[in-house]
Amino acid sequence: MELNQLTIHALRDKLRTGETTAVAAAESVFGRIDVVEGKVHAYISLMRDEALKTAADADRRIQKGDQGDLCGIPVALKDILCTQGFKTTCGSHILHNFIPPYDATVVVALKQAGAVFVGKANMDEFAMGSSTETSWFGVTRNPWGLDRIPGGSSGGSAAAVAADECIASLGTDTGGSIRQPASLCGVVGMKPTYGRVSRFGLIAFASSLDQIGPFTKDVEDCAIMMNAICAYDPKDSTSVKADVPDYKSFLHKDIAGWTVGIPKEYFQAGIDPEVLAAVKKAISVIEAAGARCVEVTLPHTDYCVAVYYIVATAEASSNLARYDGVKYGYRAENARDLLEMYKKTRSEGFGAEVKRRIMLGTYALSSGYYDAYYKKASQVRGRVKEDFDNAFRQCDVILTPTSPTPAFKLGEKTDDPLQMYLSDIYTISANLAGIPGISVPCGFSTQGLPIGVQFLAGHFAEGKLLQIAHAYEQCAAIEKRRPAL
Amino acid sequence: MKISKEEVEYVAHLARLEFSAEEVEKFTLQLDKILSYIDKLNQADTTGMEPMTHAIPTANAFREDVVTRSLSNEAAVANGPEIRGGSFRVPKVIE
Amino acid sequence: MHYEPVIGLEVHAQLLTNSKIFCGCSAEFGAAPNSHTCPVCLGMPGVLPVLNKTVVEFAMKMALATHCRINFISNFARKNYFYPDLPKGYQISQYALPLAEHGYVDIETEAGKKRIGLTRIHMEEDAGKLIHDEHLPSSYVDLNRTGVPLIEIVGEPDIRSAEEAAAYLRRLHETLVYLEICDGNMEEGSFRCDANVSLRPVGQETFGTRTELKNMNSFRNVQRALEYEIKRQEYILESGGEIVQETRLWDDTQGLTLPMRSKEEAHDYRYFPDPDLVAIHVDDAWIKDVESTLPELPLEKRERFIREYEIPAYDAGVLTASKPLAEYYEAVVKVCGKPKPAANWVMGDLLRFLNEDRGDIRTCPVSAEGLGDMIRLIEEGTISGKMAKDLIQEMYKTGKPPKTIIEEKGLVQITDEGALAQVIDGIIAANPHQLEQYRSGKDKLFGYFVGQVMKATQGKANPQLINELLKKKLDQS
Repeated sequence: MELNQLTIHALRDKLRTGETTAVAAAESVFGRIDVVEGKVHAYISLMRDEALKTAADADRRIQKGDQGDLCGIPVALKDILCTQGFKTTCGSHILHNFIPPYDATVVVALKQAGAVFVGKANMDEFAMGSSTETSWFGVTRNPWGLDRIPGGSSGGSAAAVAADECIASLGTDTGGSIRQPASLCGVVGMKPTYGRVSRFGLIAFASSLDQIGPFTKDVEDCAIMMNAICAYDPKDSTSVKADVPDYKSFLHKDIAGWTVGIPKEYFQAGIDPEVLAAVKKAISVIEAAGARCVEVTLPHTDYCVAVYYIVATAEASSNLARYDGVKYGYRAENARDLLEMYKKTRSEGFGAEVKRRIMLGTYALSSGYYDAYYKKASQVRGRVKEDFDNAFRQCDVILTPTSPTPAFKLGEKTDDPLQMYLSDIYTISANLAGIPGISVPCGFSTQGLPIGVQFLAGHFAEGKLLQIAHAYEQCAAIEKRRPAL
Repeated sequence: MKISKEEVEYVAHLARLEFSAEEVEKFTLQLDKILSYIDKLNQADTTGMEPMTHAIPTANAFREDVVTRSLSNEAAVANGPEIRGGSFRVPKVIE
Repeated sequence: MHYEPVIGLEVHAQLLTNSKIFCGCSAEFGAAPNSHTCPVCLGMPGVLPVLNKTVVEFAMKMALATHCRINFISNFARKNYFYPDLPKGYQISQYALPLAEHGYVDIETEAGKKRIGLTRIHMEEDAGKLIHDEHLPSSYVDLNRTGVPLIEIVGEPDIRSAEEAAAYLRRLHETLVYLEICDGNMEEGSFRCDANVSLRPVGQETFGTRTELKNMNSFRNVQRALEYEIKRQEYILESGGEIVQETRLWDDTQGLTLPMRSKEEAHDYRYFPDPDLVAIHVDDAWIKDVESTLPELPLEKRERFIREYEIPAYDAGVLTASKPLAEYYEAVVKVCGKPKPAANWVMGDLLRFLNEDRGDIRTCPVSAEGLGDMIRLIEEGTISGKMAKDLIQEMYKTGKPPKTIIEEKGLVQITDEGALAQVIDGIIAANPHQLEQYRSGKDKLFGYFVGQVMKATQGKANPQLINELLKKKLDQS
């Protein structure tokens, strides 16, 4: 087995025993990148030189006795996370040359843990998308089918892990942008509780929904990454002071006696039959493991996409106002006056999807429409949260499909924005309510495309999610395939 | 129609975006479709609901009034498209 | 038709915190461009604001000093618009849920006392500065000032004249300075005022169309601008015209208000609660805490001075113009126990020296104890009032205490009757002509003799004694 094919914990074990080195692991990853990146295009930029230097440092640390789980592990970062001194583009032309003078808090945390950064992963522009087709730097292809999307907006981060172009990665999730690509790429992806992970240094899309989370090859790795990135951060006012447990302590535990809620609204029309079958199989695995599945209801499910596309776009329209060509990023040339400079810069600098969402969000906040749209959506959002509060009184966790279909073809939904939005239908609700969620591989379609099952839990119940996800992973023993790249 | 071409142009101006006539047409149709979909929110009963602005309601996230180090001027303007005398240059603003 | 002006003032006060409202950069004025900035106040991608607790406390102080109700829950909102001095493309301010509301200040004008309502006080961040190139078609953005904390104080439209407006501003100004939360410097921009002005026929309840006045950078200019604008609107209305709702800038050189050059579109600020900041909860305990730190405010102090020291309102006004001055005065009174003389000396010679020097009472070379001692010495008769005038000048120049200077210069008043009588005899003998004239009725010559005695005694003789003895001797025949 190549080093790049290992999980974090397997690689870590080899590093600890001295069987291999961090430099060798980094070289293995870059070797793999040299072979497949041309086809997958998971990355916007690679950090080869920096990586080899950090890997050498990590080796020294390991020799000195550093037992950290992430020391020397090659990790990719979605290009939405600010890296000091290194280009951070957010997948956009308008930030194509932006070099942050500071590190995101999670980047600092991973640096302190000794992780080796492989590169900045491709993404939908400003995290707005479900297919990674809107990046100014080109599309990312699903390693399981190069004519298919990897999901989005963290498509690059998901594909990189699936293609062994890194051992693990960080992405972000605003409406499902970790869980959905995880499902479509056959990897594990987790969105923490809102406020669990610092947003300082995360280029904002929708402030009340954005969260950073890991992509990994298995659930144990996910727990390791969560241990590294979950912490209170005084630089983020929305960061929560709750204690962070050792997430590894939830692994290798059974779920006998657990109650798992199956929301009836998530199993209605529009779901691909193969996805339905795979998820139903997952339900029977859970039951065989000793859990009891009960039907629950989340009555306001049907409103979620509508709420999301008001709240998220409203916040985004404001968050993206800073991209005006004055202080950083792209500036249009030959503007005759300030107004022209603003309009040309933003119109030339942003892609169509970003502009569409800015328009929608601006409209929703504008005078005369605020009450009907933004205020109303925020009220319905409260109902969505109430639905989950009620459901979690009857069950420990909720189980749903992650995505209604496996990966669709590139270009299939780009002409119909609304259709694209509706593919987020199972993941959006968790962001609205602020609850954590995880997607775990649960099978393949007849065409060999990955299918994921999603678990949701109450606020700060990531431990429960990891416990059931791990138990499921162990019991289901989904066949270990590799994409044929 | 939920949104008119004129409204689209007004919103574009608010957001400092400009579109070709063709783009305005296309946007108007797309936004109209999306807004029609979003209309379903009116069916939801929200009597007595406070608008939810934060997923986890916390309060009083403060910092102490202590001065911390600023960026040097070079670092502050390093990403600036046009710099002059340590400041960001923009087309002249008439007030 | 008789019109009455309806004026509402909006004051922005920069708070004297060490650091900015949402980041740790220094809030100090006057640094080189873009040298007090960081990713947060520069509005870089990915940054987040964190609220400076002292800003809340300063705002609470002003709210308490102006009898506002402090809301238990308040939050921040984004005010969205595009301008180069606004790096995020929105200003973090407060909109639907401000920190404090429904207060008042009492003012006094020639017409008497009046209460002006305060609609609200809220916190927000300041924007940067734009400097325009004189020759090139360029402007330059300096973001040092971005994020400096402000409180906005919105007054009810209770003001009915330019004079009331000036009194209201002065009251707000002195309150802010007394609380030590703002330095009140209009020229430097730490205290700014915009006005909303409209006219309506006397007796009408509904408001007329209003204009917004900006760019008034001194109290005098506020008053002048309002007087002008009231006249301008009056003229229009009386000629049957209509007032255009617009923003007008005060032009100091021409002495008039002019509409803003750029076509002012009605801004759609699209306010919504800032999702990056959490709510502010203020409970009774915190309010009590802040309340206990409030100093005695100018109005209360003034009234106490009038009562306790039995000095006229005018004196009380001058002496409480600043907190350090009031403290100085009270220290002087403590030493000498003579409030009225103390008031005269402080308001007279001392303030005159300080003004000439552009000095500050806090670094005045004459200590309060020293001045108090001096006044005691006058009362005891050790020195005369005239001598004291020279003495205080010497004290100001050298910073030495009065007793030291008295010793050094031998400035002891002559009170020995015998010695003085001798001097007087000498003067009378030397001036027979004037003596004769005086005795024949030219009373004015008394002053001449006094002057001669003063000269002969180098001003050290007790004037009362001089008068007594001189009169006796001159009237002797």
